[in-house]
Amino acid sequence: MIDREQVLHVARLARLRLDDDEVDRMAVELSSILGHVERISELDLEGVPATTHVVEVANALRADEPAPSLPRDAVLAAAPAVQDGGFLVPSPTAS
Amino acid sequence: MPEWEPVIGLEIHVQLNTRTKMFCGCELSFGEEPNTRTCPTCLGLPGALPVTNEAAIHRGLMIGLALGSRLAERSVFHRKNYFYPDSPKAYQISQYDEPLCLGGSLGDVRIHRVHLEEDAAKLVHVGASGRIHGADASIVDFNRCGTPLVEIVTEPDVRSAEQAREFLTLLRVTLRQLGVSDVNMEEGSLRCDANISLRPAGSEALGTKTELKNMNSFRFIERGINAEIARQAAILDAGEAVEQETLHFDPRSERLTSLRSKEEAHDYRYFPEPDLVPIAITAEMLDAARAAMPELPAARAERLEGLGVSADSARLLAFRPELGDAFEAALAAAPDGDGQPSPLAQSLANWLANEEAAATVEPAALATLVAMAEAREVSREGARQVLERLVSDPTHANPRAIVEAEGLAAVGGADELAPIVAAALEANPDVAEKLRGGDMKPIGVIVGHVMRETRGRADGGAVTRLVREQLGL
Amino acid sequence: MRPGELVELTATEAVARCGVDFTAAELFDAYRERAAADELNAFTWIAEEAPAQPPAGALGGVPLAVKDLFCTEGVPSQAGSRILEGYRPPYTATVVARLARAGAPLLGKTNQDEFAMGSSNENSGFGPTLNPWDRTRVPGGSSGGSAAAVAAGLAPWALGTDTGGSIRQPAALCGIVGLKPTYGTVSRYGMIAFASSLDQAGPLARTVADAALLYRHMTGEADPLDSTSLGHPDGEIALPTAERLDGVRIGVPEELAGEGVEPGVLASFEAALRTARELGATVEPCRLPHAPHALSAYYVIAPAEASSNLARYDGVRYGLRVQDPAHPDDLVSMYTATRHDGFGAEVKRRVLIGTYALSSGYYDAYYGRAQRVRTKIAEDFRAAFADFDLVATPTSPTVAFELGAKTADPLAMYLNDFCTVPASLAGVPAISIPSGLSEGLPVGLQLIGPAFSEARLLDAAHALERAIGFDGSAARA
Ligand SMILES: [Mg+2]
Ligand SMILES: [Zn+2]
Repeated sequence: MIDREQVLHVARLARLRLDDDEVDRMAVELSSILGHVERISELDLEGVPATTHVVEVANALRADEPAPSLPRDAVLAAAPAVQDGGFLVPSPTAS
Repeated sequence: MPEWEPVIGLEIHVQLNTRTKMFCGCELSFGEEPNTRTCPTCLGLPGALPVTNEAAIHRGLMIGLALGSRLAERSVFHRKNYFYPDSPKAYQISQYDEPLCLGGSLGDVRIHRVHLEEDAAKLVHVGASGRIHGADASIVDFNRCGTPLVEIVTEPDVRSAEQAREFLTLLRVTLRQLGVSDVNMEEGSLRCDANISLRPAGSEALGTKTELKNMNSFRFIERGINAEIARQAAILDAGEAVEQETLHFDPRSERLTSLRSKEEAHDYRYFPEPDLVPIAITAEMLDAARAAMPELPAARAERLEGLGVSADSARLLAFRPELGDAFEAALAAAPDGDGQPSPLAQSLANWLANEEAAATVEPAALATLVAMAEAREVSREGARQVLERLVSDPTHANPRAIVEAEGLAAVGGADELAPIVAAALEANPDVAEKLRGGDMKPIGVIVGHVMRETRGRADGGAVTRLVREQLGL
Repeated sequence: MRPGELVELTATEAVARCGVDFTAAELFDAYRERAAADELNAFTWIAEEAPAQPPAGALGGVPLAVKDLFCTEGVPSQAGSRILEGYRPPYTATVVARLARAGAPLLGKTNQDEFAMGSSNENSGFGPTLNPWDRTRVPGGSSGGSAAAVAAGLAPWALGTDTGGSIRQPAALCGIVGLKPTYGTVSRYGMIAFASSLDQAGPLARTVADAALLYRHMTGEADPLDSTSLGHPDGEIALPTAERLDGVRIGVPEELAGEGVEPGVLASFEAALRTARELGATVEPCRLPHAPHALSAYYVIAPAEASSNLARYDGVRYGLRVQDPAHPDDLVSMYTATRHDGFGAEVKRRVLIGTYALSSGYYDAYYGRAQRVRTKIAEDFRAAFADFDLVATPTSPTVAFELGAKTADPLAMYLNDFCTVPASLAGVPAISIPSGLSEGLPVGLQLIGPAFSEARLLDAAHALERAIGFDGSAARA
């Protein structure tokens, strides 16, 4: 059902590199899982609304009042690469 | 070759001027040190959750009211998924099929929708950096990340770059009047994308559109759109097809460059944000938004016209709220200021239009000065001098006292002015000769002479009348 | 008291006697020493020493083991993933902070399936946890470390999270009590997300009373930092006292208590139902017609949300960064290499399924449809609770299985969640208590109640627990 090409397309969307053998294995496994999942297509769901939240809460809003921000040392502490108080990344325009 | 008609839709992002961010309590940033206005939520740390800022919803509703939109009873946030270093969660919390406001119009452009979302972080390109193998690098600053944004999407009703600029001008003044945003394009609090396509004039079909991204000044918008219209027309004239793509306009080179290739066509995988609950717009929220609505420019222009100013002046005063406010204050402070159409209104409007500094003068003083000029108690030039005094020294609040102290009262009576005019004609016999012969061009010489003698206190019209009289014309 | 005696006390007993018969520091040290000698790989981090200040509050200093995925300031919080190896967050999850304020200091962080994706703890990036009843077997998952630690007496009680069964199933497989509360009654702030609309924190404990006491201090007021949290209508959760089940109507859904359930598990389940009748309950069949489709809906919804929740692990702000040496200056290959190396196979599988289910052209058939199945499942429960006070099922179709038995077949692994997933989709509370042994391994009984019925659920579980008299001491030996 799911072929190599589809696995690679989805992996690209998910920014996930897969080894060659992983691609084949995922194609088989995803096909088997989705085959099971597709049983829901047998159900008659005409007119049934979707449930996003099981418990109906509305308007969990916050007053526009400042809360303290984190000290910058704490913000950058776990970063793999830092420069000039910011997170250093390969330039997105370079690729 | 067919005539091409541009079909343009605009997408405008407006940063709201709340105190805190859209989904966390960090204060909005105005040039602070990088990454000093961040918290687990706006950094997208594992486990952190968003909570919606009620002031952003309030401002969104005000914008919807100003645009005459239908305000949703229920509105939902979605996740828009994409990877980019300026997006810490790799999704933007935005709205999809249940936006805050739908429909409406501003001027001659219909509004498609208005929705709320969060701004991205700022990327600063640092060029080659030793830290990653001497490669091209960027630094991410999350201070801006999570700033509340309203996205306003128009219907494709715009037909020219000029119309786009006019619409944006009206939108900017409307938003400024609402007090919901700083609406400063240079600082990025107002940003505009344009979707542009061409079709043969008279056709109803739509051509392939391109998206012109993030133009950050009114001038660039007009130039960018015109450049794109020209580019598409050239392609179509050559019998080729326009490619659907996203473009960036570089104002320095006037060049358009493609931002993304088609191959990377986006699949944002929108789905309802499970970390947030739906917004149910309550009667209280609507009442609060309505109560906070100021008079909007279009309505104000109409009202000002009713006070006795021309349509053009009314529009100017309405679109420049600081001028409009000064106008209304001065009119109210005028001796007969009773809110009825006033003969003073148009001259007051003219003064404010020509001398913007007049808006800073104490209202009663401004009204008095304009009334004096109107009654020719002081000449135009004399009044200008008085105004200068009033502007430069706010302790001067009495134009009449300045006129007296400086001897600026108009030399208006014929008795006083006639001898001076006669002397001027005598001093310039050649000019007098030409005037007598019907050539009125050199009359300025005589007027200038009189003005010099009276130190500008004479009324130009009165001088002209006397010249004609004395020369028997 | 000797350390060995200290750890034999239930948490409730320890709370009552701490500061009288022993100090909080003695109790902490007794557990800390046992945890440090852990041979089950139940812990990923253990506190160096007892808190400097004796903890004040209703929980009296009885220490708490916390699943790795709860953020704890300055303490590794890795969600069982190599992509977060060594990550020490700058803040603490609301529920952990609440419990610390109530007097339950952090003893250690427990092992789990990576990002809570799994039913065996074999998907941990830090090695599997072993079942204290039989070290060749899995403890269940994803809160396997928490379950094993409590069962083995390495911790008096523990925090876990349950998305599709991740508290109840390991509790069942380790012979302890696990409560998945009503969705929203415990703050998710600071809980590293798997599937946001399903994730819910809950207690794992040796007894129903212990679970109730811990839950009492996890819930209460809504958390202003979690929009989906809500105050518990009970205010303070009543501690269970019931010894009888007179008048309690228990429904047994044929869809979840027959086919696919191991005979030994079924036998234990039926014995528990007989006990319930003896205690005065009525036990009758009920219907949950859409329950057989719950697993399908779950394996769309949870991966879809996970694919988005896990997109933030990109090597920019924290955690692992891998730069492909062939493309040292390329952003996209930094992303893809980081995620290739940092995520385990199960996470990749679910990220791919979820991305697929949300992608253009497939949303309606998968995600949209699954959300509508979810509506039907919630309706099924509402209908059942019109006639019954509780619904009972086996917690897991099997007892603890051998390490490696199901790793080659993801679908077989997913079937472990068959009985637990329906309550997750409906957001209703469910508890697993030990109902006995099958071939020397614990079996779990699941009781499900309507939203916010935790107090009633705990009472019924308490009465059954007393009558069943399960002895878990073998696992602590
Ligand atoms: Mg937008
Ligand atoms: Zn923040």
